[in-house]
Amino acid sequence: MTTQITRRSFLKSVSALSGTALVVGFDAGNALAGAGNDAEFTPFVRITDEGRVTALIKHFECGQGTATGLATLIAEELNLPLDQVEIEFAPADAARYGNILFGGIQGTGGSTAMASSYMQYRQAGAAAREMLVAAAAETWGVPADSVALADGRLTAGGNAAPIGDFVASASARDVPATPRLKDPSEFSVIGNPDTRRRDNGPKTDGSAVYAMDLHLENQIVAVILRSPRFGGTLTSFDDSAAVDVPGFIRAVALPTGAGVLVYGVNTWAALQARDATVAEWDFSQADNRGSDQIKADLLAAVNSDAEFYAKGSAAETAELLDGAAQVIERDFFFPYLAHATMEPLTCTIAPTETGVMLYDGCQMPTGAQMALAAVLQIPQENVEVTTLYAGGTFGRRSTQTADYHVEAALAFALNGGQQPVKLVWSREDDIRGGYYRPAVAHKVRVGLDEGGRIVGWDHRVTGKPIFKGGPWDAFIVQNGVDSSSVEGVHDTPYDIPGQHVGLTDDRSPITVNWWRSVGHSHTAYVMETMMDMAAAAAGRDPVEYRTEYLNGGTADQGRMAGVLRLVAERSGWNGPMAEGRSRGVAVHKSFGTFVAEVVEISGDAEDGIVIEKVTCAVDCGVAVNPDVIAAQMESGIGYGIGHVMRNEITFTDGEVDQFNFPDYEPLRISDIRAIETHVVHSTEPPTGVGEPGTPPSGPALANAIAVAGPRVTHLPMTANGVRFF
Amino acid sequence: MPTSLNINGQTHMVDVPDGTPLLWVIRDELELTGTKFGCGVSACGACTVHVDGEPVRSCQTYVEDVEGTEITTIEGVASEVASAVKQAWNELNIVQCGYCQSGQIMSAIGLLSENRTPTVDEIENYMWGNACRCATYQRIRAAVQRASEILEA
Repeated sequence: MTTQITRRSFLKSVSALSGTALVVGFDAGNALAGAGNDAEFTPFVRITDEGRVTALIKHFECGQGTATGLATLIAEELNLPLDQVEIEFAPADAARYGNILFGGIQGTGGSTAMASSYMQYRQAGAAAREMLVAAAAETWGVPADSVALADGRLTAGGNAAPIGDFVASASARDVPATPRLKDPSEFSVIGNPDTRRRDNGPKTDGSAVYAMDLHLENQIVAVILRSPRFGGTLTSFDDSAAVDVPGFIRAVALPTGAGVLVYGVNTWAALQARDATVAEWDFSQADNRGSDQIKADLLAAVNSDAEFYAKGSAAETAELLDGAAQVIERDFFFPYLAHATMEPLTCTIAPTETGVMLYDGCQMPTGAQMALAAVLQIPQENVEVTTLYAGGTFGRRSTQTADYHVEAALAFALNGGQQPVKLVWSREDDIRGGYYRPAVAHKVRVGLDEGGRIVGWDHRVTGKPIFKGGPWDAFIVQNGVDSSSVEGVHDTPYDIPGQHVGLTDDRSPITVNWWRSVGHSHTAYVMETMMDMAAAAAGRDPVEYRTEYLNGGTADQGRMAGVLRLVAERSGWNGPMAEGRSRGVAVHKSFGTFVAEVVEISGDAEDGIVIEKVTCAVDCGVAVNPDVIAAQMESGIGYGIGHVMRNEITFTDGEVDQFNFPDYEPLRISDIRAIETHVVHSTEPPTGVGEPGTPPSGPALANAIAVAGPRVTHLPMTANGVRFF
Repeated sequence: MPTSLNINGQTHMVDVPDGTPLLWVIRDELELTGTKFGCGVSACGACTVHVDGEPVRSCQTYVEDVEGTEITTIEGVASEVASAVKQAWNELNIVQCGYCQSGQIMSAIGLLSENRTPTVDEIENYMWGNACRCATYQRIRAAVQRASEILEA
């Protein structure tokens, strides 16, 4: 039957949810109030009377190693081997588990998990230790400082008992406000390079449960037929062919006009039924452009006056460039990119006695709670969350519109709200579904004096802002500048004289989102390409040249120069190289972490390049789990290089050209022959590692190619004249 | 008409239409969810299972074509090679998000079962179709070599 769509008033409240209005109203102010410790030993550690220690993980685990990292902190302060600390994901409870770097909202992102939790979890572990020690001291009638705790046992003189024996009496004591933390010289778990991830077991025997794996009794599956163009609205649909698909339940229009919900008894039935459903769309408000036009529009914007000023003055910089001995200039283009998490998006909503339970690889529990509460018209506290393993995120599992959570809530509500409904995205939905890394253009003009020194730097950027108009607008947007569009440029640690940074907003309805390293995913490429071109124009060594702009004596400059020196040393930068090889370098600060990388290649752009080796140096403060840090550098480098090499989302008449992995080809095992990571020893507070490996990888590769080949400034490389083996 | 499937040594009667991918029978009917859905078009390898000992992509294997075969999933795989691979995966901390790793492991077991001492090129060729968006590749390469060492010891 063909269904004509009219907006229905009963879900009027829901229509408002299609935009960013949904999460406006995040009340950051009170989220930390009432942080308590009434149920567990502390909110972060639970010890049973059998002595089993569990770290309650307030961040989700998407592969970045946070569950292992937070368990490490508890293990350290409790003097336990890491493998004796169990991990369990915390429930949604912002009062206890809010991210202090997100104003108390519970969520993971911006490489903040370790930075925001380091002291909390150490203090929790130390408090538990002191409480156990005090309980034992009281029972045994000995001074507390004579009681030792190690390997799950308390001992003092002739007294000895497992910690479980003192859990009841210890947990009745007040939690010490300022427990003594171990001195770093006493660390045996933190910083130990020879530890095993706590999720190795379940992820190698198939028992780890991801949201895609959930099977609840009586559960049905919903998939959505979405507009093929961004900004399109459903006008009608015909499900008469779907009726013949075994297991098809029914199709319903989304009240937001965003598409057709198709229900099936299982995933295959729902997917087949969707394939058999035909929809008509109104594209009058859609972005109907093709990629060539999108690219031309962005490049035109950076060749015009900027809309907003992030730093400096265009006129003053223009004067400096007029007086320069030479000016080097380039424009850059970065395509839209999908995150393409290995596990496509999915979550399940099930009814509970008081509301609902969301089962999700949940990156932003507070946002998901707000979304479900708003759609289902129930109090936020009646939305519970069970966090499951997430099959990757790279930013995709949290959006400011809580897009897939809203879809799941609508699917649950429109089915009557009495039955568990699992929302499933296919790979095609994922590649074509938006929330991309925005397409971005830059135009940079750098003036050099006769000695090759920088005298002025004019930098213009355009792209769709990620935060503007969203819940974090007030924190991120200043003077019209969404700092996520220019981060890494206007706040570079380099001492760049006469820098002007201008920004023009792109206003396409194509949805965009943070994508591993956010703005740094393009700004590092531009900064490090221009620094390399400046060094070449000056006839200088790229490492030496960069170092001269890091001599201002700031802590950031010291750390950035430190990783640059280390990577040069470990990559053999000044040493001999095999015939036919080239090396390129890049260094960048993002999320408080400093990363320098050297890429060594063989071959050439015309006949094919082989990426022989990537050497990486990282300074992320205290290295909690050195092997996890190395793994995150490898991951960030692979992610960065894979996309720079060959990934792009393109459009023809407003429709995405790509469908699935065959035309959004992921990095493969043979693409990078070796990666070697060196971690700087540091006593600074730990910062994040999930994202910072990505930004320098692309420009280091580009700089290696430019040594004997083209200077690639429009991406991806394979669409711009570079071949890879 | 019900189909009889031998999975992990057990016989299961399933009543699904012909043309249903083995992947969805394993995941949705039998709830053996260690085998993952990644792309549905045989391009990522997350759904790899063994049919008569050979790795196949279960998303493009139809249920009617595997009646009478022995199907093994990550939950049921057990052999000297499987133990060596899992040990190497643990020693080298391969997993990140972990979603592709069932498929990676099933492929690695397939490789080492037919070739106990693969070269780097042979490893790359055999494992090429198993995508990992976390880019754990260099550890996978090293872990296959480590598993080979364990088997040869």
